Amino acid sequence: MRFILSVERNSKLNIKDIDKIEFIMNKNKSKEYDVIIIGGGATGAGTARDCAMRGLGVLLVERHDFATGATGRNHGLLHSGARYAVTDPESASECIKENVILRRIANHCVEGNNGLFITLPDDDIAFQSQFVDACKSAGIGTEIIDPDFARHIEPSVNPDLIGAVKVPDGSVDPFRLTMSNALDARIHGAVLLTQHEVKGIVKEQDRAIGVELFNHETKENVNYYGKIIVNAGGIWGHHIAKLAGVNINMFPAKGSLLIFGHRVNKMVLNRCRKPANADILVPGDTICLIGTTSERIPYDQIDNMFVSRQDVDVLIREGVKLSPVLAATRILRAYAGVRPLVVADNDPSGRSISRGIVLLDHQERDGLSGFITITGGKLMTYRLMAEEATDLICKKLAVDKQCETAEKSLPGAEKSEHPLSIATEKVYTGANISQKSAKDRHGTLAKNISNGDNYEDSLVCECEGVSIAEVKYAINELHVNNLIDLRRRTRVGMGTCQGELCACRAAGLLCESSENPGKAKDDLANFLQERWKGMLPITWGEGINEVQFTSWIYEGIYGLKPDNN
Amino acid sequence: MKFNNIIIGGGLSGLTCGIKLAEQGKKCAIVSSGQSAIHFFSGSFDLLSKVDGQEVKNPLEAMKTLPDSHPYQRVGVENIARLAVEAPQFLNRAGLQFLGQADQNHFVLTPMGIMKPTWLTLDDFTRFEPKDTFPWKKAVILNFSGFLDFHSLFVQDGLKKFDVDAQIKNFAMKEFEAIRRNPSEMRSTNIAKVFDQGEDALNEFAEKVNLLSEGFELVILPAVFGLFNKNVVTDLKSKINKPLVLLPVIPPSVPGIRSQILLRKRFEALGGTYFLGDNVEEGTFENKRLVSIQTNNHGDIKLEADQFVLAGGSFYSKGIVAARNKLYEPIFGLDIDGDTVSDKWLDEKFFNDQPYMHYGLKTDSDFRVLMNGQPIENLYAAGSVLGGANALKEGSGAGISLLTSLHVAEQILK
Repeated sequence: MRFILSVERNSKLNIKDIDKIEFIMNKNKSKEYDVIIIGGGATGAGTARDCAMRGLGVLLVERHDFATGATGRNHGLLHSGARYAVTDPESASECIKENVILRRIANHCVEGNNGLFITLPDDDIAFQSQFVDACKSAGIGTEIIDPDFARHIEPSVNPDLIGAVKVPDGSVDPFRLTMSNALDARIHGAVLLTQHEVKGIVKEQDRAIGVELFNHETKENVNYYGKIIVNAGGIWGHHIAKLAGVNINMFPAKGSLLIFGHRVNKMVLNRCRKPANADILVPGDTICLIGTTSERIPYDQIDNMFVSRQDVDVLIREGVKLSPVLAATRILRAYAGVRPLVVADNDPSGRSISRGIVLLDHQERDGLSGFITITGGKLMTYRLMAEEATDLICKKLAVDKQCETAEKSLPGAEKSEHPLSIATEKVYTGANISQKSAKDRHGTLAKNISNGDNYEDSLVCECEGVSIAEVKYAINELHVNNLIDLRRRTRVGMGTCQGELCACRAAGLLCESSENPGKAKDDLANFLQERWKGMLPITWGEGINEVQFTSWIYEGIYGLKPDNN
Repeated sequence: MKFNNIIIGGGLSGLTCGIKLAEQGKKCAIVSSGQSAIHFFSGSFDLLSKVDGQEVKNPLEAMKTLPDSHPYQRVGVENIARLAVEAPQFLNRAGLQFLGQADQNHFVLTPMGIMKPTWLTLDDFTRFEPKDTFPWKKAVILNFSGFLDFHSLFVQDGLKKFDVDAQIKNFAMKEFEAIRRNPSEMRSTNIAKVFDQGEDALNEFAEKVNLLSEGFELVILPAVFGLFNKNVVTDLKSKINKPLVLLPVIPPSVPGIRSQILLRKRFEALGGTYFLGDNVEEGTFENKRLVSIQTNNHGDIKLEADQFVLAGGSFYSKGIVAARNKLYEPIFGLDIDGDTVSDKWLDEKFFNDQPYMHYGLKTDSDFRVLMNGQPIENLYAAGSVLGGANALKEGSGAGISLLTSLHVAEQILK
């Protein structure tokens, strides 16, 4: 099995073929791996990559799709660490180190926009010097700039600002980043199973030896076995630990964000004060994001990502202070994520929350061997978390291999032909818009997307410049099961029309690939419902006009139903 | 400028009202901001397709069970029955052949391959009856290579339920090479223009269709024919040696745009003035009457009339507007029938009956709008700007537009 996978990089086999071969070969084997990683977020995918690069036999299992949890539900901010410099120096220095690494190994996922920490008349300007000093200690380069110059380099900034500090913040696309890690894990022999939910941990006395999975596609149960089981389930890790019979005290903190329909700012805008609600505005691709609120929620509510109109009010009120033009900018969606914060083991009150990386060796902690948990942390430190987890795994398996994830580029970022500056220079005119957009999204892997052919270049999604070729590439190579997965890989339906016209076109292409029209129609209905969820709290003005139009097309003309189409 | 009647809104409702008044010798103007809902016309006009989620067989009968606040009840079921007979004749005079009956719905095939009940169907399209039979057993579904707005697989899947053996074929034509060079140009209206312009393209196309459909009983094609040239569909049907079923595609709708053009031509032929791309900015009121309106393009020149009709459509046509915390009518600030609390506008399930779909203008029993609770004596509302129904769930959108407009025109003519 390994042999086949190791030649993948140069072979003509596509990923689906390899899956089939893998499946056939697995059938008569014991389905045993060195490591089974639970969770397809950045941490899980990063750990899979690291383990696979160190030569371990890896299986990654994910109940939905890659980057569906907190990984894909945050700002997409490539932190410089400046935000934490005053309050959490350790996180700050981790961030700046990882920031530098990600700009190198994942440059196709990163926009190096830089950021401003602005002081407004309501803020204490004295905080600025404390902030700059703290950044310096953490190793974060800063430059105090004149408010006039700040208005010049970032015209969207609140013109009333009285101070500004430039920092090396940026934007990172969490979907692309996670997928690149998953792809690289696969290139190094890992097996990835999405739509596989962990229903139980197989134990033998005091040892975890495998996972019981439910396959949502086939509705079948299947067991896989591994020497080490890694719980990288984020906030759901609490539940996974419980399945293994151990307890982790999680502190679910919900954060809500808004996506605006235009990219109003070039640079990341922050308030130069202690972290508070809704004080970061991040530009990314064609849009910008304001966030977040922070609210402790009961654990049984972690799958209910409802954003209230009150949350929306707070986000708009604070966002307008960073950039007044937001008051007149259409909001596309609201969404929320849950930070997987962990309560320290020695604090039953739950007050001492760690925001840092938490690596639990359950053998030492609970007497359960073969089971570890990697949680806490943040998107920015996913690679470091993966490294720490993999170091522990290697130690347990007595494998003596160094981590190389900080040096080796992710697939799509190998060559320097895609400099950072190109990312913000999208030109939305001309015949080759689809190629440009594809290159922007997939980096050097865009060469695998055929082009030059009129048919393949036809646009499926006009808002985001997604071509037939790119959709086909995503379906064949990037683990796409449905329209929602496709959106995460290509941005289909993420633009201003929110899937009004492109969803149906993409559904048609998915249908060609799956040869299951009934499923494709239901998938289309699910996609519309999923888009609707994010539009509910912010649907007024043009939003309500668009959604009425969408309803008339799909229900009125097509006769689409919520299910059983 | 002085007119007998001014209609604000140039969609199905505004045009219907304008034509009816102009037919009776009134000097009319229509102020239209641009495109309208006819641009995503499916090919059929629904009168009443569903009540409480159940398909309706006889719309005129089923209408009697609707609440008193429903526009049909306010027009009166007897009036509706009479106007529903007049409507197809009225459309016919504009050059639009629609077939169907108000007391018995027929069925049309949707692009999902399912049967949908409806009232009047444009003669481009095929009427089916009864619902569960399909007259042909072997069909070929043809599509243009690279045209993504028509989903042959969905149609094929739907037809399986009727035991139809449907095969899919795609084909290319040299006429489309130029269009396809630009990735966003392979859309319905651009395909239609190719066939509008030349008999040769249509002949070549028909020959291809005849070749590809050998051995089949029926040809199914996307409805992308006859944008400005209304003869294309008839010509195509005569050139293809088998029955032809056209199915609607993702908007813009070619037959929809053609219908809009024909209605506008009819209105202008009757002496009506159509101000396209103009927006009404405000009105001057005196003694509970609207005296004149000011528009963007006319600046200081006020447009005066004895009666005005507001037919500005629903949210997507901006006839009513939802701001963050309030609903309003954007031109005059008229009274709205809808929830003032924004939390109540939307249902969390996309496919549920959305409350906002029911919202519209408040009117008195003669369809005159209200301002601060008082009727404006010479300002009427017609079409989807009226509240009181979820036209999408009921399948009553076109019926409400056509029939309330004819009714309002009658009120004005009284």
